[in-house]
Amino acid sequence: MKAKIIITPKKAVVDPQGKTVQVALEQMGYQGVIGVHVGKYIEIDLAPGTDQAAAQRALNDAAHRFLSNPIIEDYKLEIE
Amino acid sequence: MNFAVLQFPASNCDQDAIHAVRLLGHSARYVWHKEHSLGDAEAVIVPGGFSYGDYLRCGAIARFSPVMQAVKQFADNGGLVLGVCNGFQVLTEAGLLPGALVRNRDLQFHCEHIFLKAATVDSPFTSKIPSGKLLRVPIAHGEGCYFADEETLAKLKANNQILWQYCDASGNLTDTSNPNGSLLNIAGVCNERRNVAGLMPHPERACEPLLGSDDGRWIFESIFAALKNKPIARAA
Repeated sequence: MKAKIIITPKKAVVDPQGKTVQVALEQMGYQGVIGVHVGKYIEIDLAPGTDQAAAQRALNDAAHRFLSNPIIEDYKLEIE
Repeated sequence: MNFAVLQFPASNCDQDAIHAVRLLGHSARYVWHKEHSLGDAEAVIVPGGFSYGDYLRCGAIARFSPVMQAVKQFADNGGLVLGVCNGFQVLTEAGLLPGALVRNRDLQFHCEHIFLKAATVDSPFTSKIPSGKLLRVPIAHGEGCYFADEETLAKLKANNQILWQYCDASGNLTDTSNPNGSLLNIAGVCNERRNVAGLMPHPERACEPLLGSDDGRWIFESIFAALKNKPIARAA
C-alpha cells in the first residue's frame, strides 16, 4: 500500500521558482503556458494489511501537522 | 543572566550566539536538541544554521525535537525566546511565532549586510535600541522571505508585533532594501505576548567592530535589561 502526497504552494504565496520555470519553458519555445507552480511529491510505503481508512486519517493528520505547512501550502493525499 | 542556546543537528550559529552572550558579560550554555530540560536558563536562543539539512522545509523537523517541548513550556510561562535565522524558521514552524519563511524572491542566497529599522521599542528585544538608530547587521539566507496572510498581517500591525524591518541607509522601507521579498519588509516579529521573537538577520554576528558592526549589541542589551527587570520565568 502506498500513500501519495502532492504539496503545492498556496496561490497567495509568491512562487519565484514556478515563475522561473515558466519563463524558461517560454524561452524554450513551449507556447500557451500561462502558469507554473512547483511543489513537492512525497510517497509513503505502508505495511501490507494496513487499514486504509485509519491510514487516511493518520496521514491527513501528518500531512497537516508536518509534511505540509498549512500557512503556505496545500496538499492532496491519495492512498492506493 | 543565563542563556540556553539550542543545538539541532546542523545548527551552525550556536557558537556565535554563545560567544556574543559571553562577550557581552553574561553566561550561556549549549542545550542539545534531545534534552528535555532547559535547566536554569533565563532566556533561550534558537540559533541559525541548516537544522536537519533544511529537509522538507527549513525548521520543519527541528520543531519536533524533544527540547522544543521545554521551549514551548518556557514560552508559555513567559520566558524570553529569540530565534535567529533558522531559529526564526523553527519558531514559525512550531507555531510560537506567526507566519512563515519561504524562498527568497530572487531564488538567490543572500550573504550581505543590511539595515534594520526597529519598528517599535515596545518589546524586550528592542527596548534599548536608540530612537532612530538603524542597525547594520548581516544576513545569510536563502529562505528568508516572510509571509503571512492578510488577516495575520493586519493583526501584526494592529498589535505592534512587527519588530524589525529592512530599510535603506536613510531608514526608508524600500523595495531595493528588501533582500528577500518579505511582506512589509518584515525582518522580524514577536508573538502577541511579546516574549518570543524571531528575525532573519544575525545580531550575534554584529557584536564586535572587528566583524564590521556592533549594532547587534542593542538587541542583546534589550534582552538583558528585560531579564534584569522582570521576575525570572524559570525553565522547567
